[in-house]
Amino acid sequence: MTHQFPALSPEQKKALSDIAQRIVASGKGILAADESVGTMGNRLQRINVENTEENRRAFREILFSSDASINQNIGGVILFHETLYQKDSNGKPFPALIKEKGIVVGIKLDKGTAPLAGTNGETTIQGLDGLSERCAQYKKDGADFGKWRAVLKITSTTPSQLAIQENANTLARYASICQQNGLVPIVEPEILPDGDHDLQRCQYVTEKVLAAVYKALNDHHVYLEGTLLKPNMVTAGHSCPKKYTAQDVAIATVTTLLRTVPAAVPGICFLSGGQSEEEASVNLNAMNQLSVPKPWKLTFSYGRALQASALAAWVGKNENRKAAQEAFRKRAQINSLACRGQYVVSGKTDTAATQSLFTASYTY
Amino acid sequence: MTHQYPALTAEQKKELSDIALRIVAPGKGILAADESVGHMAKRLNQIGVENTEENRRLYRQILFSADSRVKKCIGGVIFFHETMYQKADDGTPFVQMIKDKGIVVGIKVDKGVVPLAGTDGETTTQGLDGLSERCAQYKKDGADFAKWRCVLKISENTPSALAIMENANVLARYASICQQNGIVPIVEPEILPDGDHDLKRCQYVTEKVLAAVYKALSDHHVYLEGTLLKPNMVTPGHSCPTKYSPEEIAMATVTALRRTVPPAVPGTGAGTWWGPGGRCPVDPPGAITPLSAGVTFLSGGQSEEEASINLNAINTCPLMRPWALTFSYGRALQASALSAWRGQQDNATAATEEFVNGLAALGKYEGSGDDSGAAGQSLYVANHAY
Repeated sequence: MTHQFPALSPEQKKALSDIAQRIVASGKGILAADESVGTMGNRLQRINVENTEENRRAFREILFSSDASINQNIGGVILFHETLYQKDSNGKPFPALIKEKGIVVGIKLDKGTAPLAGTNGETTIQGLDGLSERCAQYKKDGADFGKWRAVLKITSTTPSQLAIQENANTLARYASICQQNGLVPIVEPEILPDGDHDLQRCQYVTEKVLAAVYKALNDHHVYLEGTLLKPNMVTAGHSCPKKYTAQDVAIATVTTLLRTVPAAVPGICFLSGGQSEEEASVNLNAMNQLSVPKPWKLTFSYGRALQASALAAWVGKNENRKAAQEAFRKRAQINSLACRGQYVVSGKTDTAATQSLFTASYTY
Repeated sequence: MTHQYPALTAEQKKELSDIALRIVAPGKGILAADESVGHMAKRLNQIGVENTEENRRLYRQILFSADSRVKKCIGGVIFFHETMYQKADDGTPFVQMIKDKGIVVGIKVDKGVVPLAGTDGETTTQGLDGLSERCAQYKKDGADFAKWRCVLKISENTPSALAIMENANVLARYASICQQNGIVPIVEPEILPDGDHDLKRCQYVTEKVLAAVYKALSDHHVYLEGTLLKPNMVTPGHSCPTKYSPEEIAMATVTALRRTVPPAVPGTGAGTWWGPGGRCPVDPPGAITPLSAGVTFLSGGQSEEEASINLNAINTCPLMRPWALTFSYGRALQASALSAWRGQQDNATAATEEFVNGLAALGKYEGSGDDSGAAGQSLYVANHAY
């Protein structure tokens, strides 16, 4: 405990911190386009499109070939493995297409959940085996950040001490390995919104989980300035009978973060967790409107909440490309305004934007 | 781990965070006047004064007789047990004199260090027995905050994992008990400057220690907004051959704090914070009061001059600091008052004046609050060696 064996050189630290700063530069957030094959299947099924590799490629192409000005709102895109090696219709690899807009490319690194025996249906995440080699390869192939999603659930007996500690530990191992390979790790300890618990319960659990995560990161000598956090917002469970306002959510969330996330972390990019596109934007906006000083950026890393309208506009038809891109651009802009607390809700919102995107026990 | 059993009501939380805010309001620091009987012996011997209870009373009276000019520099005074129950010549309790100036009264509650068997001379701190009852009594008698000092040391093999964990745990127990009794706990995990280690080593150890402290506070359900932190500055060991600039010390200190101390601990007065469920404003509370290097002066370390310059550098460091950084006025100021007094009644008034002037002088090191950071900025922000 007493001698330091530096994990990173000053140059490595600077490179990581620069990448992190670029991703969450003012007004920018992350497009989480890293749905696994199975999950993409769910998305496509909702719009009656077949889940083929070509369809997955085609939809991602729509997003990534948006006009370059999207880089005002999007600082990073997270890709699934398959997508990192796909190309657009002109044969340009997706990473190149994204990077030429000045947007940072990220890669999902975890390999899904595995059960924790002896718990009440709790899980940990696998993916550490050979992770260093995979990171090195992804770095060569254009990625500069990674993502790893741990999952916890609130019930009367969960999350247990073991689940919290085990998930925090694997997140820290993943983060350490990423940094060794020049990738900024996005640390995602998602507490699912499933359940009927109230806002206070979610806040309490989130505080405990995040405290454990940052202790683990410290124990594993992770360089905080070269990481990003992707937490859930603090909300009531989906079947909680009590309703809360965006300001309730904002205050509970920011209080939690102030109590657990060190100022050295450059940015906090919320997951949308099944909130509708509009809800996710309004909640983020409310947080950024709070006058309490926040030492980190509060921004977004949205998957469903950025793509729902675009998917609904596309419905698999090539002639709808422009409409789909426009829908995506619009959500990206709204979320960018929300990052600054400047989103003025118009009162008129289309169906797709307000549609709840909640899927019980969401797994990728 | 899943259900909350709230340790404090909303009212209790508000009271604690209000107290914390008052202590570290902008421009204010803490006067540590809590020297134990034995510790006072050294001070008084240096000016040729006998260490009697009466002399200790007279000495504290000099400090506490300072007029309301001190109010804008001092937010809180830490007492030793004996002093809490002493009075001025005219019969006014010291506690009353302090509170009448609008300054918050604090009390040292730890009972000193004890060895950790099986370690290389490491210690933990005792004082938990009957602590709740003692806190309740002190609260009745006028105290609103408390202090508990844990001590860690850097050497080849220390601090060990046990020492870090045990001291963090005992600090968290103390903090929890204080809050139950309406007392704001100052959490003090001091890492001694003894040794020849360099700045980086101190920074590394400080980060590990503070991370452990805040994990323990979280585990013990301590309300961070109703606490204060009193950490060491990050400095090289006293016998380290390498010299560092005040800017390097400032960067190392602020970096370590940024990596470990949640923003909720501090408070700056930059806005009002609406508590959940109601419209009652709870100002962002708490703050950090780095130990003045005067406390380490006994080990032959930093001069008061060096300490002041370092504190100034901390306040002008270009890194964003989400907490207020105020200062603990210890030996530095008392030294001047002590030597002016020399135990002579006739010198009492002059000694008090020395004390007040000393405060004003140190006050200029608070920093203006505007952190343009001037010349040193580009050099130190670009260098990510921390």
